[in-house]
Amino acid sequence: MTQLTLAKAINAGLRKSMESDPKVLLMGEDIGKLGGVFRVTDGLQKDFGEDRVIDTPLAESGIIGTALGLALRGFRPVCEIQFDGFVFPAFDQITTQVAKFRARSLGTVRMPLVIRIPSGGGIGAVEHHSESPEALFAHTAGLRVVSCSNPVDGYWMIQQAIRSDDPVIFFEPKRRYWEKAEVDADLETPLPFDRAAVVRPGTDLTLVAHGPMVRTCLDAAKAAEAEGRSIEVVDLRTISPLDVDTVAASVERTGRLVVVHEAPVFFGLGAELAAKITERCFYRLESPVLRVGGFYAPYPPSRVEEIYLPDLDRVLDAVDRAFAF
Amino acid sequence: MTGRRAVEKSTTPTPASGSTKRAPQGRGTRRTSGLKDEPEFIQLLTPTGERIDHPDYPLALSADQARSLYRDMVLVRRVDAEGTALQRQGELGLWASLLGQEAAQIGSGRAMRADDFAFPTYREHGVAWCRGVPPVNLLGMFRGVNHGGWDPNENNFNLYTIVLGAQALHAVGYAMGVQRDGGDSAVVAYFGDGASSEGDVLEAFVFAASYNAPVVFFCQNNQWAISEPVSRQFRVPLYKRAAGFGFPGVRVDGNDVLACLAVTRAALEHARSGQGPMLIEAYTYRMGAHTTSDDPTRYRSDDEVESWRAKDPIARLRAYLDREGQADEVFYKAVDDEADELAAEIRAGCLALPDPEPLSIFEHSYASPHAQVDEERAFLADYLAGFEAEGHRA
Repeated sequence: MTQLTLAKAINAGLRKSMESDPKVLLMGEDIGKLGGVFRVTDGLQKDFGEDRVIDTPLAESGIIGTALGLALRGFRPVCEIQFDGFVFPAFDQITTQVAKFRARSLGTVRMPLVIRIPSGGGIGAVEHHSESPEALFAHTAGLRVVSCSNPVDGYWMIQQAIRSDDPVIFFEPKRRYWEKAEVDADLETPLPFDRAAVVRPGTDLTLVAHGPMVRTCLDAAKAAEAEGRSIEVVDLRTISPLDVDTVAASVERTGRLVVVHEAPVFFGLGAELAAKITERCFYRLESPVLRVGGFYAPYPPSRVEEIYLPDLDRVLDAVDRAFAF
Repeated sequence: MTGRRAVEKSTTPTPASGSTKRAPQGRGTRRTSGLKDEPEFIQLLTPTGERIDHPDYPLALSADQARSLYRDMVLVRRVDAEGTALQRQGELGLWASLLGQEAAQIGSGRAMRADDFAFPTYREHGVAWCRGVPPVNLLGMFRGVNHGGWDPNENNFNLYTIVLGAQALHAVGYAMGVQRDGGDSAVVAYFGDGASSEGDVLEAFVFAASYNAPVVFFCQNNQWAISEPVSRQFRVPLYKRAAGFGFPGVRVDGNDVLACLAVTRAALEHARSGQGPMLIEAYTYRMGAHTTSDDPTRYRSDDEVESWRAKDPIARLRAYLDREGQADEVFYKAVDDEADELAAEIRAGCLALPDPEPLSIFEHSYASPHAQVDEERAFLADYLAGFEAEGHRA
């Protein structure tokens, strides 16, 4: 057991993957000597060399396009997109090429690419550094989309993503990079990366979140407890596929569901979950599925981002509305 | 769009700085065809079949090899004609013709070794032929039974790529993989004059130059990107762009199979000997429509098309074979007969391509099970079974 920040836990997971498989390569901007702008790849170029920890030209489509070629050659590239808002120049390569390649080859080619994206807001950043584009990728068949919320998952899920023969969009909650937890590197059976997890049991309402909002929901559940409400929190962990079974089982216990994410609510993950849960748990629901998330506005300047981002009060407000039905 | 060609004079590329060996250059290029507005380029065979030498691109060619190149070009032209015919008869939804580009494709394709890897657009039927891809495999996507349909690693020939220029990056990435594996294979990235405006092609140039990747960028400049002339894509000859990225660029007569073969060989050798990328602009012409859905009479003149007909790549090689006494009517007849047999084979193969099963739309997207796919497949299976139960579906 070691106490690790999320950034160091992902770093340790990357290191372990590189040690166990010589085909694993890291690619990205500033990931070598600098160790990445968030230091997630710190020290890896020194230990694995410039051929395996590749500082790329500043061209995101180029990173993903060349990673596809490397994957075709038998490598397992792990690409770092420096910030969420910079993934869009690579959106074409990801959605038209990477996602479809295996199907187009009739299953003859693996596409074991991992695309790491530090995402979400709350760090007072300038434009294009605070976004949550998970729904855009989940809409494309052929990709897996996962989101880690804590150091333990960061350590294990990055290794599982790298071992996967499918392309994985791997979201990392940048505002949680410095949060610490005990990480057991000897765990024999880590939870698979396509499963959600109940991270706090409860009986009256289910809060579902992923990535940065899991901590927010745990805080909200704790605050609600003081008001006599028992809230269950589900960390989604995977967005494509969605582990609907785990969420539905929770709603069967609680009868109420609030979905929380930083991304805009409109056409978002919450809408998909609301539809699925309404279909599965219609007779068990005590209230409509409610959603808490970003507003339908461009991600705002940092001085007002706290208005845009769900926080403990906005989550509790939705909890109150759910109980008011 | 013929006027601007007259201003293109230089064929001397700038070699990559720091290159240990002088790069192949266009020095000594001569103008021999006598046609007006001919740009300068590497040429080893004039339109009338006269063999000329080039100091930087020597080519020793046996009679067998010359006949073999002729056979390749005739066969792929026949494959192409069959594709167009199948589309006209409703058996294909679309066909992208290579007519006029046989020399560029066969010359470059035959320059490659088995362990080299080609990344085509969607028009490289001639390169596919050189790589050993069965022609009927090319029809799947045009018939609508798949979106590719072959194993790229079987013949080191990637799937056709429709998004313009995307494959240039894949080629560079693959070449970066070759570097890491320590082999001396090389990679060819095909693209066209239209795709040269795509950011991905330019990013591919940057990555290839930065890592000195063993890749040859082979642009078939066929003068037209559907209706847009090359002047809309570039204002200086494309091959000159390479100098700005730090690697050599050359222009070759794209209707001269010998020049395409020699220049591509040199560029592949340049790549495998550790000297990095090269850009080849094969100056050619799309004799047909962009695809079977296009009507080129709306944007280009018959005169222009006719002027290019005089430079036909197959007629030119045949003139050479005749001039050298390397082939006779028996040979030509045998090749034509073989072409007819191949066409019949392709036609039969096309008609035999089965429509995909409805549930196959869920196949192959993921290597391991995905809950959403499983759920929707089960739904569709039930839904379709409902029709069958009611007897509405055969």
